[in-house]
Amino acid sequence: MEEEILLEEILASYRGNRGELVPILQDVQESLGYLPEKTMIDIAQFIGVPESHVYSVASFYEQFRLLPLGRKRVSVCRGTACHIRGAPQILSTIEKAVNLKEGETSDDLEYTLETVACIGCCALAPCIRINRDVFGEMTTEKADEVLRALDDGGEDA
Amino acid sequence: MPKKHSTILVCQGTGCVSGGSEQVFNLLRDEIEDAFPDDDIRVKRTGCHGFCQQGPLIVIEPEGLFYTKVKTDDIAEIVKSLSPGKKPVDRLFYRDPSTKEPIPLHHEIPFYSQQERTILKYCGNIDPEDIDDYLAVDGYKALQKAIRELTPEGVISEVKNSGLRGLGGAGFPTGRKWEACRNAVAEKKYVVCNADEGDPGAFQDRSVMEGNPHSVIEGMIIAGYATGASSGFVYVRAEYPLAVSRLKIAIDQARKNGFLGDNILDSDFSFDIEIFQGAGAFVCGESTALVRSIEGKRGRPKPLPRPRTSDIGLWNRPTLLNNVKSYANIPLIISNGASWFAQRGTEKSKGTAVFSLTGKVVNCGLIEVPMGVTLRKIIYDIGGGVPDGKTLKAVQTGGPSGGCLPADMIDMPVDFDSLAKAGSIMGSGGMVIMDEDTCMVDVARYFLDFTQRESCGQCIPCRLGTVQMFKILDDITKGDGRPGDIDVLLELSESIIKGSICGLGKTAPNPVLTTLRYFRDEYEAHIHEKRCPAGVCMTQEEIN
Repeated sequence: MEEEILLEEILASYRGNRGELVPILQDVQESLGYLPEKTMIDIAQFIGVPESHVYSVASFYEQFRLLPLGRKRVSVCRGTACHIRGAPQILSTIEKAVNLKEGETSDDLEYTLETVACIGCCALAPCIRINRDVFGEMTTEKADEVLRALDDGGEDA
Repeated sequence: MPKKHSTILVCQGTGCVSGGSEQVFNLLRDEIEDAFPDDDIRVKRTGCHGFCQQGPLIVIEPEGLFYTKVKTDDIAEIVKSLSPGKKPVDRLFYRDPSTKEPIPLHHEIPFYSQQERTILKYCGNIDPEDIDDYLAVDGYKALQKAIRELTPEGVISEVKNSGLRGLGGAGFPTGRKWEACRNAVAEKKYVVCNADEGDPGAFQDRSVMEGNPHSVIEGMIIAGYATGASSGFVYVRAEYPLAVSRLKIAIDQARKNGFLGDNILDSDFSFDIEIFQGAGAFVCGESTALVRSIEGKRGRPKPLPRPRTSDIGLWNRPTLLNNVKSYANIPLIISNGASWFAQRGTEKSKGTAVFSLTGKVVNCGLIEVPMGVTLRKIIYDIGGGVPDGKTLKAVQTGGPSGGCLPADMIDMPVDFDSLAKAGSIMGSGGMVIMDEDTCMVDVARYFLDFTQRESCGQCIPCRLGTVQMFKILDDITKGDGRPGDIDVLLELSESIIKGSICGLGKTAPNPVLTTLRYFRDEYEAHIHEKRCPAGVCMTQEEIN
């Protein structure tokens, strides 16, 4: 129900042009954290395209998620500079710490662990991002510390 | 020590923000207001200074005092040091990595003194969220000159004469693109800025947008005037929220000041700009894919033979598509003239190149140098060499479409044609330094992992070929390489290059081809001796 009201509010600022599809999906994801199936069907009707078209676009771009996100979204950068400065070790440390593999979300929706192509903080490589905050010059020890601080109650989405 | 009329520049680029520079800025501004209520000391938010590794950064003008790694705990001491007769805070000075001597002044630090900044000149100097700051350094003067003194053809001939080239793999002359778009006949035309910086290891477009967004906007408006376009899009990665918000502010301010909208500067030229946030797809760097993405479709390149975007682009209308840095160069070219621009660089590569210098190098950050300087100058004079006494092994340029050049080639000039001859590309400007601890097979595997994820799936050679190449490389790094693997990699590379319709596929094998060309012995050690000379692959951790 809440989702439907939100979707209505979002769609109210659009005209229903085909070119608005990506911005609409972005707005919906910004509010709901992901793209529920029902909202994608409603969006297809609003724009006047087949449902399959909305799904094809949503599944093409890296940004869109078809499943809910954890409250703490941990993104490990796998950019080139990060890679050669030890991103693979950072990733495996975090995988162990939160007990998730890359791309997974915990059942209690506490954590999502993902890798991203490049955060653009290459001079501070390796870096990770948690929700909106970037942490640079990571070491496996620092990664453990940052995660422990999160567990102690900091940093909500 | 600095008193009245000082300006304190606090870097608010993404790098420094991750180190807490927003808190530093807020606290510093409040404390200065309290401590010097009557003096004219301005605390100014700026974009990226480029030396992200030393951030959060503060520069105190007019002296140019440079403070590094500033924390909120340092603020009280900095504020105290601003009183008459007080000394600066020595412990925050940058220190020469080898002599450990402090270097107090910004322009005396080799990282900066060896650069030649034109596009980046005002990044780190002006408040990116205040159009008055840009106007104070002659911002929008080029637009006024273009509209009031030059015809559209006159603008295009300046751009052509400057020798400016695009940053797609081929380095296509920008002026010729503009001319083609000008000559295309249509009711409506578009100007698009490709700010979808998708190359892992590159962040210069982000820094320009965050540090001097108006320079990009001004360049786009001039492009609109020259080509006859009436609307523009900035296609910027959604992963760059700070760049998006600063561009939005800049566009708003430009509109309020009459530089965007109807009848710009009281002429009959009307133009407006919208922001489109790219949802994350490397292939959208390809022009037809980018255009489809704005149209609300999957970002897949159009099949061959395809028309040029300058003839048939967005919504089938002529569309001019250039990169962030190309647009940021335009106001400089129009204000200072084509010959000013062309005096820098080499015969065929004019102007400057901006690189994100990262990896195993002492000074990581954003740099700008004239085209044609050597890699040696960049790595050693500006970058300060390889840290921890290690040996340089390779330089990677051009991201996943580029290549790895060996240490013995660093006296090569950096320009479009020399890089292409060596098997790499200028591309968007990532430059990653690799030392003896970097395994070149692992690097090749890394890039193929990237391209096989990012292939749009349309052409089979790219979709399946990159996966096969990745699997072979993955096996080699795990100690499961087979004799003959190198031949299969070469054969696959050839088929992918020939059989793919867009730049992503056509350049995907480059990292493998260049590492095979220059570091074949490393492949052979992995395959035949089950040994990684750099000690990266086949370690216990990998096996776990």
